Amino acid sequence: MLLDLQGISLSFGGVQALDDVSLSVPSGAIKAVIGPNGAGKTTLFNLVSGFLQPQEGRIFFKGEEIQGQPAHVLAARGIGRTFQLVQLFDHMTVLENVMVGCHRRGRAGLLAGALRLPWTFPEEKDIRRWAWEALEFVGLTNRAHHFAAVLPLGLKRLLEIARALAAQPTILLLDEPASGLDAVETERLRDMILALRDQGITILLVEHDMSLTMDVAEEIAVLNYGRLIADGPPRAIQKHPEVIAAYLGTDWQA
Amino acid sequence: MGDALGEGFIRRLFNRWTLFAAMAALVAVVLENNYYLSLLNFIGIHAILVVGLNLLMGYGGQISLGHAAFFGLGAYTSGILTASYGVNPWLALIAGLIVCGIAAFLIGVPALKLHGYYLAMATLGFGIIVYIVLNEALPWTGGPSGLSGIPSLSLGGLKLDTPWRLYFLIWLTVWAILLISANLVDSRTGRALRALHDSEAAARSLGVDTARLKLQVFIWSALYASLAGSLYAHTLNFVAPASFGFMFSIKLVTMVVLGGMASIWGSLLGAAVLTVLPELLAVFHDYETIVFGAILMVVMIFLPRGLVRGILDLRELRKYKREGVR
Amino acid sequence: MDIFAPLLQYLISGLTNGAIYALIALGFGIIYNATTIINFAQGEMVMLGAMAAISFYHLHPSLPLAFAAGMGVVTVVGVVFERLALRPVKDPSPITLIIITVGGAVFIKGAAMMLWGKDAYPLPPFTGNVPIYLGTATVLPQNLWVMGLTAALVLALEAFFRLTLAGKAMRACAYNNRAARLMGISAGRMVQLSFGLAAALGAGAGILIAPLTLGVYDMGLMLGLKGFSAAIIGGLGSLLGGVLGGLVLGVAESLATGFISSGYRDAVAFLLLLLVLFLRPQGLMGGGK
Repeated sequence: MLLDLQGISLSFGGVQALDDVSLSVPSGAIKAVIGPNGAGKTTLFNLVSGFLQPQEGRIFFKGEEIQGQPAHVLAARGIGRTFQLVQLFDHMTVLENVMVGCHRRGRAGLLAGALRLPWTFPEEKDIRRWAWEALEFVGLTNRAHHFAAVLPLGLKRLLEIARALAAQPTILLLDEPASGLDAVETERLRDMILALRDQGITILLVEHDMSLTMDVAEEIAVLNYGRLIADGPPRAIQKHPEVIAAYLGTDWQA
Repeated sequence: MGDALGEGFIRRLFNRWTLFAAMAALVAVVLENNYYLSLLNFIGIHAILVVGLNLLMGYGGQISLGHAAFFGLGAYTSGILTASYGVNPWLALIAGLIVCGIAAFLIGVPALKLHGYYLAMATLGFGIIVYIVLNEALPWTGGPSGLSGIPSLSLGGLKLDTPWRLYFLIWLTVWAILLISANLVDSRTGRALRALHDSEAAARSLGVDTARLKLQVFIWSALYASLAGSLYAHTLNFVAPASFGFMFSIKLVTMVVLGGMASIWGSLLGAAVLTVLPELLAVFHDYETIVFGAILMVVMIFLPRGLVRGILDLRELRKYKREGVR
Repeated sequence: MDIFAPLLQYLISGLTNGAIYALIALGFGIIYNATTIINFAQGEMVMLGAMAAISFYHLHPSLPLAFAAGMGVVTVVGVVFERLALRPVKDPSPITLIIITVGGAVFIKGAAMMLWGKDAYPLPPFTGNVPIYLGTATVLPQNLWVMGLTAALVLALEAFFRLTLAGKAMRACAYNNRAARLMGISAGRMVQLSFGLAAALGAGAGILIAPLTLGVYDMGLMLGLKGFSAAIIGGLGSLLGGVLGGLVLGVAESLATGFISSGYRDAVAFLLLLLVLFLRPQGLMGGGK
């Protein structure tokens, strides 16, 4: 297992956001987490990526315990993520956004950068090239020198993925990547997720678009009010009585 | 812009910097008036301070309300060591940098771990403590009446004691500081810094150690202030606490806001305008407080990225709209 | 016995100043709870309170009237400040808000300087100047007024938060802003209310201290900073913490003045502030969030 969560619990001021959740993501898989709004999906992401710490339970990544480590350390160890509300660097160009994604692959510090020490030049060149490659992957090279803020939402989501990719993650957490995308863009996203998997990147996905989820995911975990109620292949999930009950009367949104 | 960013960019940069140096040199040749030269010298010293503060504010998204204190620490370290202990001015300058670096580290470590407001308050408090100490520690600082007899800097036997000679030293320093700062902003660390300003969460998710970075840039900007302080002490040959009070910190923030956040050249402009204005308009002095307050409020409400930067941004946006970018 | 006599005297002056700091600290806390803004202009409300009361007293020499009018005017200033300078902000990042409130503080100070000049003005003590002897220590009636009225204001505030609908709504907002909004509490109204309340408390502090220190256009900065220090020392956003922080700070300052040197008196507040930031950033009474 690449990622393994064991008995994770977390509550905010009396509200149990996650209650004894255990789930695992095999290496190279595409796994989805679904559930109604407020089920704890984003909380789960924040825990795995180090933005929150669990009150109980343990998280293993590549066989090592990682809970308690800060987000930037986990990022350097190969956990990449995107955000439900797109978090781009608005005042930087598209290319620069992705160059920040390459941060952990470089090592020039403040002084080296300020003085332009000779050895930083090849590194800068590499960073530029890597960033360009990531932009090529999502098809954004024609916007490379625009400010991120002026992109339409669909392209912003792609840029966020490119930026996360530039950090060479082992696992990529995608938080509702299709929300706000039109049908064509969603289709492109679908292909992209599959292509990432084929490159060997493990994907953990939270998504509202059920057809996309059912299409790409090899395993689906279902959360409801912070509890894991089902975990298995898409077909089994669709027939799971508790899942049907949880979604009865609500939309299949989640 | 296109693909050839690498070579072309360096060439363009080179031109801009040589142009700046040439203009500065030309001014020195043409200007013989000592008053104007020393005014330019003060603009230069302020510019160093403002660029440093802008790296922290405009790029790092943090604010120091006590930058005058670092300026003062640099000035007094230079002043006391040279005037009272006969230390070589250049060594004293380095000592000032060390003192300011340590002070910034000690304030930054606790304050930056917390919410964005704490650095503002901690630096404000620090500024006031320093101001009080400068006034009270009579045996060392000379108290409110100041410290005199600070020797001038000298370079290879040449004493830099006229405005004309100082002009070269100060503007060479300004040139270097602007260049270094522009380099920094366009480096790996600089990008991380700008990223941090826009979205700290995203920066962290990409492996940027944001706490460390904030501390680094805070210390870095304190070092600029210390350098400016040492230059100031050796330019004036005299320092007094009144130059390093709260209002001067506010004046520096106003210079940043006027010149525009995240703008190296804007910093120069902001420093120039607010240094020259009080000289041109004698009445300005009486209204200084209220004018600074008004500038800070009005600019930040309507153009949160500062005046010059904000106007540039608006133009940029309009350009994109015209080009039909959705 | 020798050391005890001055100690009592220091305690009295420390508690008096501490009460003032506590009122200012509460203003910081109330605004912080409603908006998570630190209002750097809070200290200027203290100055405005003192100056306004002094002016009103000149127009019509009645202290209760001057007190009420001073507080009233400053409350309006606080609300207007929020409306004009903070509500229109499109990008409410901390640095923007810091600069705006700092700008507001500087602006108000500058305006006060133009309005009242640089002179310091007296306000008569509320009930005479005949000292009361407590053993070897003396207490001015004004000291008692400061402590008594502060206690009354704090109790009134507590009652407001516990008993009135508006007060309960404010507490709900502080506890959970989003849930409060869902329950139909207008966050905008609460923000306005918080700025008004904070300004009123600040003004009260200024009017109480004016008979002891005189009122002058630049008194706001130091008082505001000390109020903030008190708020942090006690735990930002906690009522009890603000009061406690104020009193601790006041007494610490007064002891430092007595036993070390009066010149460094003002440095004490900031040393304590830095110390608390180092050792216990949530403050004495703040729970870890």
